[in-house]
Amino acid sequence: MTEFVLQDLKRLLKSCAGVDEAVDLDGPVADTSFGDLGYDSLALFELLGRVRREYGVDLPDDALTETSTPKVAVDVIGGRIARSGG
Amino acid sequence: MLPDTTIAFTGLGVIAPTGSSLEEHWASVLKGRSGIGPITRFDPTPYPVRLAGQVTDPAVAEAVPGRLVPQTDWWTHMALVAAQEAVRDAEVDPAALPEYEMAVVTASSSGGTEFGQREIERLWRDGPDHVGAYQSIAWFYAATTGQLSIRYGMRGPCAVLAGEQAGGLDALGHARRLARADCRLVVTGGTDASLSPYGLVAQLPTGLLSTVDDPDRAYLPFDVNASGYLPGEGGAVLIAEELGAARARGRADGYGVLLGYAAGFDPPPGSTRPPALERVLGEALRDAGLGPSEVDVVFADAMGVPGPDLAEARAISAVFGPRGVPVTAPKTLTGRLYGGGAALDAVTALLALRDGVVPHTVGPERLAPGCDIDLVVDRPRELPLRHAVVLARGYGGFTSAVVLGRAAPTS
Repeated sequence: MTEFVLQDLKRLLKSCAGVDEAVDLDGPVADTSFGDLGYDSLALFELLGRVRREYGVDLPDDALTETSTPKVAVDVIGGRIARSGG
Repeated sequence: MLPDTTIAFTGLGVIAPTGSSLEEHWASVLKGRSGIGPITRFDPTPYPVRLAGQVTDPAVAEAVPGRLVPQTDWWTHMALVAAQEAVRDAEVDPAALPEYEMAVVTASSSGGTEFGQREIERLWRDGPDHVGAYQSIAWFYAATTGQLSIRYGMRGPCAVLAGEQAGGLDALGHARRLARADCRLVVTGGTDASLSPYGLVAQLPTGLLSTVDDPDRAYLPFDVNASGYLPGEGGAVLIAEELGAARARGRADGYGVLLGYAAGFDPPPGSTRPPALERVLGEALRDAGLGPSEVDVVFADAMGVPGPDLAEARAISAVFGPRGVPVTAPKTLTGRLYGGGAALDAVTALLALRDGVVPHTVGPERLAPGCDIDLVVDRPRELPLRHAVVLARGYGGFTSAVVLGRAAPTS
């Protein structure tokens, strides 16, 4: 089955929404909120669009917010992929 | 009656085919070093126009803030980098100023055409699910203004002016309006980038672009062989400060001040009324409180199209007298930059005032009959310069003029 780990999330974020120059996405960011990492609601909307295109799973537009963290995102997206039998 | 507020330009930034910094651009202009060449951003072979002024310096792309690279178009990228230079040049820390007393006003003529083309290709090839969310904010005219506003925390009355190739001057005029409405600092100017197949094709129906394939002979304003103009990308960003605020910061009058501004619109095709340019030029001088003899140089619109060239030469001669003022058009080195063109001309004029030198026009060799102007060619002309006029026209009739001064009047 398809796994979705923190590295996958970082790869998608970098390519679809870029990286703020003040942020080291390769550092310990799993528990930092998306807002603090410089990602707004549009960035998260784009992230979910990319997940849909690459993994074929749908998540509601409000599944992630600026207060969510990468760790939460991995759980939410990974869980959805697992349920889809990915 | 509005209070008589003056704005000073305290910081300048340039991204243009002539250079990716203010001084690199100015050095190119004085040396007559052209940024025109074959289009490399895409394969231009199937198109009638294959030359353009491109920004090819890889350092520009590298200087774009990382998060904004996939979120914005190349036209916004260039504005972000130019603004960075302008803010640094002005030695101003926007974070230390009241956020509602700062604003952003840029000109844009094309919006994010390259970004838009990419997303339309995805829509067409792969379907709606493949169109990125950033299309919603990257393509439209106000994107650059919005990104600069966010980046520098400038929450005053921001705007974008879509005045085709005259918009860069309208942005300066609007910056002065905002200063009169208590904005102490305005980030203004403009950039444009329409060098994608979609962007180029959108320009072709005007019939004004040159299809000559020789980079040295394609864009020859006021010349007997004028055949149209070449497109280019880039522009300039200026920091405009209310004069009192600039002086209070120890910036004196900066590179110079905006003394006059006027805009008009041409009558419809077939009308017996004259084009707007002569009237607009006269209005700008009246607004500046200057007579024609006090103007030391005119940066011409210089469309490179015989009819409009003749109309401009006649307007200049009507106001200043035949060969009555030095005229120049350094834009033959960059092509016409649309929303960025007039802003770059204003920056070049401010540098001319600073250094007391009129840059020459590269290309034209023999003036067309009736173009009775003192076009500065061959080499720069050193002159004591007090005041410069910049003229700009855009497709469809947009017409604007500014009068710039080395310093504010002492009265």
